[in-house]
Amino acid sequence: MEMNQYMSMFIDESNDHLQALNENMLRLEQQPEDIGIVQIIFRSAHTLKGMSATMGFEDLASLTHEMENVLDLVRNEKLSMNGHIFDTLFKCLDALEAMVQDIIGGGTGKGEVDELVERLKGIVKGDTGAAASASGTSAPAKAAAALPASLVLDQYQLSILAQSIEGGHTAYFIEVRVREDCLLKAARAYMVFDVLERNGEVVKSYPSVQEIEQEQFDRGFSVYYITQTAEQTLHEQLSRVSEIESVTLNAVDKASLQEMEDNLRASEQSASAAKEAASAKAPATQAPAADKGAARPAAPAASGNAAPRTIRVDIERLDTLMNLFSEMLIDRVRLEQLAFEIRRNDLTETVEHMARVSADLQNIVLKLRMVPVDSVFNRFPRMVRDLAKSLDKKVDLVVVGAETELDRTVIDEIGDPLVHLIRNSVDHGVESIADRVALGKPETGTVVLRAFHSGNHVFIEIEDDGKGINRPKVLETAIKRGVVTPEEAKTLSDEEVNMLLFAPGFSTADKVSDISGRGVGLDVVKSKITSLGGNVTVLSTLGQGTKFSIQLPLTLSIIAAMLIKQGSEKYAFPLSSIVETGSLKRSDIRTLHGNRMIDYRQSIIPVISLAQLIDSPDYRDDDEIETEMLVIRKGDKLAAVLVDEFIGQSEIVLKPLGKYLTGVKGVVSGATILGDGQVALIVDPNAIIK
Amino acid sequence: MAEELKVIVFTLAQEEYGIEVDKVRTIERMLPITRVPKTPAFVKGVINLRGVVIPVIDLRGRFGLTESDYTENSRIIIVAANELEVGFIVDSANDVLDVSSDAIENPPEVVGGIKAKYLSGVAKIGENRLLILLNLSEVLNRSEIIQLEQFGE
Repeated sequence: MEMNQYMSMFIDESNDHLQALNENMLRLEQQPEDIGIVQIIFRSAHTLKGMSATMGFEDLASLTHEMENVLDLVRNEKLSMNGHIFDTLFKCLDALEAMVQDIIGGGTGKGEVDELVERLKGIVKGDTGAAASASGTSAPAKAAAALPASLVLDQYQLSILAQSIEGGHTAYFIEVRVREDCLLKAARAYMVFDVLERNGEVVKSYPSVQEIEQEQFDRGFSVYYITQTAEQTLHEQLSRVSEIESVTLNAVDKASLQEMEDNLRASEQSASAAKEAASAKAPATQAPAADKGAARPAAPAASGNAAPRTIRVDIERLDTLMNLFSEMLIDRVRLEQLAFEIRRNDLTETVEHMARVSADLQNIVLKLRMVPVDSVFNRFPRMVRDLAKSLDKKVDLVVVGAETELDRTVIDEIGDPLVHLIRNSVDHGVESIADRVALGKPETGTVVLRAFHSGNHVFIEIEDDGKGINRPKVLETAIKRGVVTPEEAKTLSDEEVNMLLFAPGFSTADKVSDISGRGVGLDVVKSKITSLGGNVTVLSTLGQGTKFSIQLPLTLSIIAAMLIKQGSEKYAFPLSSIVETGSLKRSDIRTLHGNRMIDYRQSIIPVISLAQLIDSPDYRDDDEIETEMLVIRKGDKLAAVLVDEFIGQSEIVLKPLGKYLTGVKGVVSGATILGDGQVALIVDPNAIIK
Repeated sequence: MAEELKVIVFTLAQEEYGIEVDKVRTIERMLPITRVPKTPAFVKGVINLRGVVIPVIDLRGRFGLTESDYTENSRIIIVAANELEVGFIVDSANDVLDVSSDAIENPPEVVGGIKAKYLSGVAKIGENRLLILLNLSEVLNRSEIIQLEQFGE
């Protein structure tokens, strides 16, 4: 069979399932008693197993199979989760992820799973690591071994069966297996149930009727059933349903009912005993998590069901749509110009209407490219957990505003900088447990990852309640590393000191750990964020914590800009960096220390001649008495840029200059196509203000 | 067994050059060019080619030949190689030829004043027609323009 066409689907879905597994495992770690979560995990693992087996990835399938065995025991309360099992399962997830990555990279998805498989098998056998107490539950399980565990009847159902048998009915335990190549399992199952319900009553089915309807069963299902129809007739009728492999009917008599009832009692007792044991253990291992866990119970569970209706679209198609739309936008501007020249009312009206429609269209097209930051955030809880464990710290990651949306291009790039910052917070920010206790802080540190919209920007903040930035220590290191001179150090403001963390070659960690502290982290973060058109700032209070705040543009593809004319050439300035436009008398320019400055609202700001910067061929500002000027901003620095003439504001579509010119450093960050088809260059204000 | 190679033939200072046909996207008449500041002189700027911004270089300038005014015959050949799309301004482009790989020889050290590293070979066509084949990846080598730029500063 040709598998390639399914490959991308397989990769997408396995990534989804792995993510779901990770998230739910973390939730389960907080609430180890919640069997509902185990069910979800089990289902994900099961689907993953099915998919990988179909695609021929044996190792993936065998590992998930063993995981499933363990989870099966857990969800049937024959095994309760403990640290050993969690660790093993997390290791399994890592291995699965590595294998899926290998497949994405074109590999065969082979991995060293033998050891993990052995460990999982050990767990199934009852080797639950240090805490073997929970395995006591397996005793009653043996008695019920003849029946699938989940088919244990409750008291009520048992009594119904007993009464029916007394009343002259026959009770059966029916096992039905559908054929392996059956396409519509749910439909076949429905037909079986139809037959059953015409002849009697189904007392209990496993999986539940609902799950069967949704095709959430493997190849078989079983029911407890009461009827007056003869066994032979029933068997015949059931076998007549096509694509059914086998039907087994076992009559249930009073003796076996009694046995089941005894088992039920026994297992109830041991289950509650196990629960007690587990809850007794929980405070020891997860005391700090306990209060947190109670505080946020149902919310994530509820969100699982209401999945938005979506389709998967190839990213390239979206990009094409975006490109086509950009071209339409260019034509629209051109039409607007023509309509303005021709001055015919109906033409103007039509063009205006088109402008409105295309503005709406632009909104939708832009929204299509928006992705919730959750797709980046979702890997962090797991990362923080592992980090905290390896550092022997206790850290809670609180994610706020994961639904905030950002342009896909930004999302793709923002992951690594965030990893750096979060690692930094966990490693350098949050203190060790002993230090925290000594300071009277709670043992568990908190790292808040927060995303929100504000104006045309999205903010992402990483806030920890750790030790904060130590000014003298930062300065000492900065001086030692030659980032600043001792003289400069004295005059720096607190903010400037904080920003030293982002200086190249800076690291305050005394000890180099493999998590951070190689001094290559934060300066990379800063340059990445700047290249995305964003900005990063630090706020810190010594002893109380540090907050990194990243400001990012909503979108990178369409921006509002001010178009200006410079002789025969046209340039665009991003509106976001313009503070004010105005004019300036030549005589107001003063020269201070060789630099040209002007007075601007009680402060002195530098004057920059655009004509000089771009070597304008046919315009010089020297010989004008009064010049137009743009006041632009980079961070909190301002500068006045002298230009020839303003054309006006316009929405422009950012286009790259072409790869051939990307290595060229200069004042230009990109290009756009104007209404008349000409290319105008976009000035990069960050490059102008040094 | 000799292979046939299809090449686009263009002229530059009275010499005939060839670029393999599969490297050429389109051939355009001269279009308005927007100057890009702070680039080497042979980078003439960027053009709008049906919605895509493409850098254009003057091939005369690139090879150190004297640049001349553009005429009716001047063309921009858009080539794509090394994941780059670049337009070459040439004196004229007017032919497609089949060249047998047997007829291609290694380039001599200097041909028409162009350094041999920009050339992949010289093809002899008919009795007295020589076609110089360009080594596109070398012509488009970006490290060189970055060096040039630093040199200019």
